[in-house]
Formats: sequence, C-alpha cells, structure tokens
Amino acid sequence: MSSKNRDKTEISRRDFLGLASLWAAVLPAIAFLGGMFRMVKPNVRYEESTRFKIGTVENFPVGITKKLEDKKVFIFSTDEGLHAISSICTHLGCIVNITEWGFQCPCHGSRYNQNGKVIAGPAPRNLSWHEISQDIDGSLVIDAAKDVPPGTIFKLKA
Amino acid sequence: MNDLKQSGINKFKNNLKDLRNSFLRSFIREGKPINDLSRAAVMANNFFLHVQGAKTHVNTLRPGYTLGLGLISLYLLLITVITGVLLMIFYNPSIENAYNTIKDINYVVFTGRLVRNMHKWAGEGMIISVMLHMARVFYTSSYKKGREFNWVIGIVLLILTLGINLSGYMLPWDQLSYWALVIVANIIQSPKEVTDVLGITKYFDMGGFSKELFLGGLTAGKESLTRVYLLHIMLLPLILFIFLGVHFWRIRKDGGLTKPEAFELKESDTRYISGPERKTEVFSTNKTYGLMELVKTRTPAVSRDIENNLLSWPNLILAETAVFFLTLAIVMVYSFYIDAPLRELANPLIPENPAKAPWYFLGLQELLSYSAFMGGVGLPGLALLGLALIPYLDREPQHIGIWFSGKKGRYIALESLVVGTFVLVGLLAIVIKFGWFRTWWPDVPQLLIILINPGNIWVGFMIMWSLFVIKRTDSTRMGAIALFTMFLLSYVILTYVGTELRGPNWGFYWYKSQWPVH
Repeated sequence: MSSKNRDKTEISRRDFLGLASLWAAVLPAIAFLGGMFRMVKPNVRYEESTRFKIGTVENFPVGITKKLEDKKVFIFSTDEGLHAISSICTHLGCIVNITEWGFQCPCHGSRYNQNGKVIAGPAPRNLSWHEISQDIDGSLVIDAAKDVPPGTIFKLKA
Repeated sequence: MNDLKQSGINKFKNNLKDLRNSFLRSFIREGKPINDLSRAAVMANNFFLHVQGAKTHVNTLRPGYTLGLGLISLYLLLITVITGVLLMIFYNPSIENAYNTIKDINYVVFTGRLVRNMHKWAGEGMIISVMLHMARVFYTSSYKKGREFNWVIGIVLLILTLGINLSGYMLPWDQLSYWALVIVANIIQSPKEVTDVLGITKYFDMGGFSKELFLGGLTAGKESLTRVYLLHIMLLPLILFIFLGVHFWRIRKDGGLTKPEAFELKESDTRYISGPERKTEVFSTNKTYGLMELVKTRTPAVSRDIENNLLSWPNLILAETAVFFLTLAIVMVYSFYIDAPLRELANPLIPENPAKAPWYFLGLQELLSYSAFMGGVGLPGLALLGLALIPYLDREPQHIGIWFSGKKGRYIALESLVVGTFVLVGLLAIVIKFGWFRTWWPDVPQLLIILINPGNIWVGFMIMWSLFVIKRTDSTRMGAIALFTMFLLSYVILTYVGTELRGPNWGFYWYKSQWPVH
C-alpha cells in the first residue's frame, strides 16, 4: 500500500506502538502526581467537632447574649427564641467583637449590624448563622458546619 | 624515578615524609596562585569558584554598577542556612513545645538569642537586598538579549524568598505567628469570594480546598505547624537552591554580568583592580591564531575590550570576600542590638488588635482591606505576572548596562516617581477620609467591590500611565521604567501606610501614640 492513498486517519503500526508506549508511560506519571497531591489532603482531622452542646434552655433567659469564646459563636436569646451568630470574620478569619450597633472586626475594620450583615469594610459575606437544634436529652446543640439563613430563629418549646 | 630500585619500606618512608606536600598537591592541583596561569587555573578547577569565569570584566568589578546586591543576597542566604541549622537543634515544631523552645533559645541557650536574631534579620534583609538587586538589574537593562528567562527565574526567587520568610514567621507559635497563619490561610481561601459571587462554591470550592491542603485541616492547629515547618526548612529551600543554581549558571553562560557596549576604563578603576603581571599586547605574534567560528551577527571586536577583562583571582575574589565580611558584620551588629519579636503564646480566642502581617506583606494587607481576593491573590498575581513579562514586552536592545538607559530614562523615572506619589497618596487619602463603596451604599454587591476598588484603580492607573509614556516617548523601555518605578513606589508607600499609619480596627492614625488604649 503506497502512502499516497492511505487514509489520513490511518496510523502505521510503528507510530501506534510508539504512541501507545508513550501514553503508557505518561498516564501512570500523571496518576502518580495526582496521588501525591491527594496524599496531602488529610483523611483525619484532629480538630474539635463542629457540633457541640450549649446546655438547656434554662441557661438562656430572654434578653441574654452569650459569647462562647472557645466555640467562636454568639448566642442571642430574644422574645422569639434563640439564634447563634458566628464570631469568625468572613474576611480573613479574625474574631469579631460585639458592640452596641453590631459587630466589629479588629483586623481590617469590617463591620456588621446586629444581624451579622456587612455594613462596612472588606468582608465579602455576612456572618454565618449556625443551626440550633435540641437533643433528645433536652440540651441545645449547635452545628457550626451547618449554616441557616439569617433570621432563622430557634423557637423554644415551652 | 628510581622507584623500582627502592625497597618497599623506603618508598613508604619517603611517601610519609612527602605527605604534607603530596596531600596539598592533590587538594589544590594547580599550585599556589603565584602567576597568571595558576591564578586562572584556580578559578577554573575549583568546584566552588568555577561558576565564575577565570577573567572578570572591570565593569563587573565597579562597586557602583552592581552595588554588590546579588552577592549580599547570597551571603544573607548562607547566613540563614547556617543559623537555621543551629536553631533546628533546639526548636521543636509542635504546638505544645514550639513556643517554649523558642523561649529557651532566646533566654537559656548559649548565644541562642544572637543566632535567632541573625536568622531573622538576615532572612528579612534578603527581601530588601533581593528587591534592590531586582531594581539594579532592571534599571541597568540587564534583562535583555538572552537574559529574559533569567529575569523570570529572579522573580521566582523573589517569591520563594517571601515564602520562606513568611513560613518562618509562623514557627514560634506566638500571637504574631498564629494570626499571620490564620490570615494567610484565609488569603489562600479567598478565591471563594469569587466562586461565591458566581454561586459555584458548592461544586467547585478551590479556595476551601487549597486552604485545607495548607492547614492540614479546616482550622489552624498542630497539623498546620507541621506543614509550615516542612515548607520552611525543606520544600521551599530545596526549590530555592535549584533555581539559584540555574540563575548563576545562566549568568555564566551569558558571559557574566552586563556591561555597556562602549566601555572605557576610568582613572578611578585602578583603585580596586590589579592588572596582569606582564604588560604585553593581548594579541601578540608569539601566539598562533585560528579561525574558530563564522557567526551571523556582528563579529566580536578583536582589539577592543579584551584588555578590560582581568583575572578573577585576585580581583573578583577580594571584592567578594570584602562584601561577605561587610554583610556578616552588619547582620551581627544589628542582631546584637535589635531583638526579633516574640509575643505571648498563640491564643486562638483573642486576635491581636490590630492583627498585622509581617512588614513585608503590610502593603498587601492594605490592599486586602479593600478586597480579600484582589488584595491577596488578584493584584499580587497581576503584579508578578507583569514583572515577569517585562523582558518580553520591552525588547529594545540599546543602552544595555547603562543606569536608567541614560538621561531620558532618569527623567522618566523621576517623573513617574512624582506623578505616582501624588496619585497614590491622593487615592489613599480619599479612601481613608471618605471610605469606599460600602460606606456610601451599604447594599452594594460584592462583585462590584471586587471589580472596582482602590487597589484595582491604582494598578489600572499604573498600566495606563506606562502606555501613555510609551506613546509619548516611542520607546517600550521608557514605558517599562515608568511601570517598574511605580511598582517599587507603591510597594514602599503601601508598606509604610500599613506599618505606621494603621492602628486598631485597621483605623488611620498618624502616630502609634494616638492608638486608643484597650
């Protein structure tokens, strides 16, 4: 068969074997690199659980605001119920302070109103509202990994 | 000679007698550098010296040309390596012990504080010397004619220098370290700002993923310290030394440092050079010459400039040794009097107020206070890309080896300095006095802030100004001078603002004494 009338898509045996062995070498190399990067991502995290108990409803009489420092969360108790707002600034992760008008971040001057909405500064997002639920033993549980839309109030069951 | 006739014992005795000389001969094969031949041989044969030529051009030896900045950077690096190994003897990279071992080094270990200070200040000194070295290379047009890629390698070395400094900053695990780590982790996470705006974070959370890889978890903890330590002592230095090797190799292959086309020996040069021992013509009838190569470009000038290449030993070596001891002395004295900071133990509950990054990143932190993504990733990325591309966008071959490419460049640099200062200071004044979009319209969408913020406006201005200069002067080199001058200027001004003028809550204060007590 002359090379002139050979179909363009046709490939010689030599080229085929050459390309096949090339890719047989390249693919494992890629897989090896991928595995190396995947190895870096931890499978176990030595961190505290994002779910934690905060005690029973009696701990939160109406009108009280509690700052759980180590859990990085503010808990507000109002007439309507409870809500939990994260104290982690959405800009670069500093801890916001509570003020009369809302929250203030000390690092780059982000400000939030009382509902955690950004009112000034570089913060790209509002402060998270965490989910509150009640455990079977009656104690309240916050999950910092689960956010709820702002304004979601946990109604106390009388 | 008559080895065969000697008895074995005699041979042994003679070898023993000759041991000192024969060992030295095997160690330094070319003998003492007492004539020009052996002086050239020592440069060519010694492993540590052979990266430099046997001869060095007078221009390279002029202190006013290089200012010794590349050398100083290398020596500072060597100082950090030696002091770093010493510190590793006592330092323990765990969150339980890191802080205590640093305290031990500071207060208990013999000369520990001096060694730690030297490590710290030599490392941070590298940032300054590497940046100034970059400025020297830029302003003398030394990034052209085959040296383009070496300039790019230089940028990589600058990034690595910053990265090693930053990772070292996190190791003492004091308040400074911890909050710098948190802030850096969140800068790494900041592409989330963009994916959030686009609403695709749920499917493609690049920011969150990178942050997790960096921290070894979701929050800064013991895993993070292990990783930062690894970066600081192993991964980044390893990459740095590889790139450094290539950097030096390429300079050598490009024929040493750049020099002006029309070089003339000055009277003042004779103060720091010693000439060849025999004053004969470079091309003499005593030697035979052959045709080596036919080349397309201009032929090398046969009788010109050859005589300005002097033996590296002793000319270059003396200068290098002098710079080394000067560098070492400055680092020693500075470290003797000024202590590296060490705050209280890291406390994840209470951020410092203001929580500041190390000084070399405070310019970026100022930009960060406008938008985390643009300040932390977008604009620095753009700036580094722009720097790396300079040799490819300005290819004018004239004026290589001349500071500022002559009078016109000097004028353009000065003009850009003045104009840039006014525009940048004006822009910062507006931001500090009146705030930005969110102060005016609290409901402004985040996308608008990412796209239009003072940082972007400044970078946009720099680009427009350089294009304007190119148009006006008809020279890409002048445009490059304008851009680079403004880059250096903005680094200095923004760093100054971030360091000196920003106080608690990132508010503006003229003096630290005005900070509210809290």
